[in-house]
Amino acid sequence: MPLYETHVGMECHAELLTESKMFCGCRNEFGGEPNTRTCPVCLGLPGSLPVFNKKAIEHVVRTALALNCTISLHSVFHRKNYFYPDLPKGYQISQYGNTPIGVNGWLEIEKPDGTTKKIHITRVHLEEDTGKLIHSDGAGYSVVDYNRSSVPLMEIVTAFPPDIESAEEARLYAETLRSILIYLGVSDGKMEQGSLRAEPNPSVRPVGSDTFGTKTELKNLNSFRSVQRGIEYEAQRQIEVIESGGRVTQETRGWDDEKGISFSQRSKEVEQEYRYFPEPDLIPLEFDPEWLESLRAELPELPNAKKRRLMEQYGLPATDAAQLVLERETADYFEQAARGVKDTKAVANWMLGDLARLANASGLAIHAAPIPPAALAEMVGLIESGAMTGKIAKTVIEEMFATGKSAPQVVQEKGLTVSGADEVAGIVAKVVAANPDVVAKIKAGNDKSIGFLVGQVMKESKGRAKPDDVNRLLREEMDKL
Amino acid sequence: MELYTLSARELADKIQAREVSAREVTDAFLACIERVDSDVRAFVTVTAQQARAAADAVDARLAAKEEVSSLAGVPIALKDNLCTTGVETTCSSKILRGFVPPYNATVVEKLSAAGAVSLGKATMDEFAMGSSTENSGLFTTRNPWDLTKVPGGSSGGSAAAVAAGEAPFALGSDTGGSIRQPAAFCGLVGVKPTYGRVSRYGLVAFASSLDQIGPLARTVEDAALLLSVIAGHDPGDSTSVPRSVPDYRAALTGDIKGLRVGIPKEYFAEGIATDVREAVTRAISVLEGLGASVGETSLPYTEYALPAYYIVAPAEASSNLARYDGVRYGHRTRNAQGHIDLFEKTRDEGFGDEVKQRIMIGTYALSAGYYDAFYLKAQQVRTLIKQDFDRCWENFDALITPTAPSAAFGIGEKTDDPLAMKLSDICTIPANMAGIPALSQCCGFTESGLPIGVQLMGPPFSEETLLRLAHAYEQATDWHTRRPSLDKK
Ligand SMILES: [Zn+2]
Repeated sequence: MPLYETHVGMECHAELLTESKMFCGCRNEFGGEPNTRTCPVCLGLPGSLPVFNKKAIEHVVRTALALNCTISLHSVFHRKNYFYPDLPKGYQISQYGNTPIGVNGWLEIEKPDGTTKKIHITRVHLEEDTGKLIHSDGAGYSVVDYNRSSVPLMEIVTAFPPDIESAEEARLYAETLRSILIYLGVSDGKMEQGSLRAEPNPSVRPVGSDTFGTKTELKNLNSFRSVQRGIEYEAQRQIEVIESGGRVTQETRGWDDEKGISFSQRSKEVEQEYRYFPEPDLIPLEFDPEWLESLRAELPELPNAKKRRLMEQYGLPATDAAQLVLERETADYFEQAARGVKDTKAVANWMLGDLARLANASGLAIHAAPIPPAALAEMVGLIESGAMTGKIAKTVIEEMFATGKSAPQVVQEKGLTVSGADEVAGIVAKVVAANPDVVAKIKAGNDKSIGFLVGQVMKESKGRAKPDDVNRLLREEMDKL
Repeated sequence: MELYTLSARELADKIQAREVSAREVTDAFLACIERVDSDVRAFVTVTAQQARAAADAVDARLAAKEEVSSLAGVPIALKDNLCTTGVETTCSSKILRGFVPPYNATVVEKLSAAGAVSLGKATMDEFAMGSSTENSGLFTTRNPWDLTKVPGGSSGGSAAAVAAGEAPFALGSDTGGSIRQPAAFCGLVGVKPTYGRVSRYGLVAFASSLDQIGPLARTVEDAALLLSVIAGHDPGDSTSVPRSVPDYRAALTGDIKGLRVGIPKEYFAEGIATDVREAVTRAISVLEGLGASVGETSLPYTEYALPAYYIVAPAEASSNLARYDGVRYGHRTRNAQGHIDLFEKTRDEGFGDEVKQRIMIGTYALSAGYYDAFYLKAQQVRTLIKQDFDRCWENFDALITPTAPSAAFGIGEKTDDPLAMKLSDICTIPANMAGIPALSQCCGFTESGLPIGVQLMGPPFSEETLLRLAHAYEQATDWHTRRPSLDKK
């Protein structure tokens, strides 16, 4: 059996975070009583006309700029014609052809081995979402909820030939894209609610072949994990089809996350006839280059750039920086907490370690934890100054999280002040006296055994002894013998 | 003197001077409808009750000495493709039977704000596709000048209602001549404004890039009055132009000295009836006599306007009419198995033949592989037609042509000859393709007493020039004073 390689094109749809829908004044929200957020325009009533939502256009332009796209100064909208009950006008207003808002961009993914890869993007365009069919489980009818009808939807399509060569790269692409969209504030990125949808088009071919295999389109992928699993499964399935002498059918396949399989939904062998033509009810968008430049200048620092800066500015390792920038607010929290702290790496460690664990257990994001950045900075400062040991800090942070009290408050109330050197010396003397055999071993040259004594001292002092003190005093005590 | 013979302006003056009440005026027109509409059949829906209530409201304001607007108490008929809150809007199609819009078209809102009183909804060719109202899915309207003739179309109901005295004026819509051709057939003034001059919000779309709403009236002054009310930018219609609206009546100075009027020779080619040609030629002489300078010109791409129109309009219509699928409103088949079957049967039962044919033509023209050859090519032709006109505006302020190749034809005369039917729009289609304003007015009668129309076209937003020319012509002639003799029957 020849070796196969996988190629994946990605189509991602993001519902945009706007107050109102794409072409009318109805509120843009998720869920709610069916058909309560509708009007003549989004119901496609006769005579109604669409009017642009300027915020949605701005969101797409900012996304296209962040994805290094060229902006079409003259951007046209089209009608995509097809019949379906959830499509009230019988066409979707979309962008077809070569004048979508953004063209020819790229984003960079970072692989686990630390290498980066550019994934090229062919288009970023704006369209409207459809309503939703609700089926009556066997009662012989379906009903339609048009609350989602005409919600602004952004489509981002990767370039052909595809740069993505594995399921993992596809997942990284989706994750990176999501974090950019969230940084820009254009999408909430909720894959499980469908406000961000990833539709990969995987294909396989024997290594060395110069033509691409037939691709299938995967739908219903509700998490990053299912993006990766779906593609892995689908690539394997395609290889098996080919190896058993079959032919991969061009089709849309649904993903069943529970069973871990894909299943055929709709054949795409016959090209759908959408009869695209320019939307006569809307005038083409004409962008002012100055306006574009002002938007470009106001773009926030994006995750990749922020990560590089955190590494440089705070001396963080790549893995920590990558975790901190996943959400903009987490990175902001870090930078606020690191202000005035010398050991900024320790701030990251506390955030990604104990604080993340505590927050996670309460279902909170780090930045939403009841410990404000300044309080964490104060706690790290106490350790830095030697006023508290790291061991005590583990107790302190739990208490801070539970009560919202500051570190000094907790230390004082719980009597967790650091033991003085005299007190430690007493404990050391006791421990050395109680363990003559261990002391003998050390004296005989087994230096490792000193760890046992250190542990005993820490235990006796309930963690309040400073490790430096313990080591120094132990040496002194043994030297006396 | 009967109230229903007065012009809209005269009615407005009398009502504001409290010589007559708005209620009396409305009752006079409702009585006329009662008397003649069984013959003329101009109305799909008469909203007598709402009309009387609106008239009473105007009278109450006047009694309280409150300010009233320009059209206070003046009745009007609305083409049945204009959405009206709470009043069935059918487009003369079975597929929209029972559709009661929850909103008013912007023009209807403007009329209401101006105090006008809607009498009801006028017949049309189904979805405005046709030139005679014979394509109505409900019934055919008759020409008040001769009940065996068509009133023209597609705004045939609006035109017939005004000609018959059932309304002092009316609104129609014009995609390829649907205001001007019925105006010509019924002896009225009809104005198709510049594309973007009047909001299309609430006008049930036929061909979005061509449709415009405009007035049908018995005098140029009434047309100007109505246009002043309905024109203007609407944030609800992206294609409406943000440009201030002049008082069109102020343009009616009577002075047309020095205006340059071009005669494009392509509009006088064969196919134009002799009586039409002669009447238009006499109208040109009248304008010349009033001080306009006239000269021949040429629009070489004229012959391509009709074929290009029959790609663009059906293409847009095929998409605009996709929403009538039986899911949300209007007709829905009773025996469907699944949603595809629901779409197919609903549309098969609901649409008439002409509409189905245009949907098929349009669908074909937009299909992959044909798009470039048809739709794209037609749009390129459209650019050439625009450029043709642009060249004319270097030398002329307006162009004068026949409105239609003949006077009104007989009911049933052209129904078996779709090409002949479509040729009746040959003079009016170019203005829609170019987006320019155009006006038709009466310039004489045939031997058998049918009105003949003359058309004026001008550069974008030159409605004032066209109205001034038409008004001067109207003052110099008396065609507009003639009335059909329905009552004598
Ligand atoms: Zn809406």
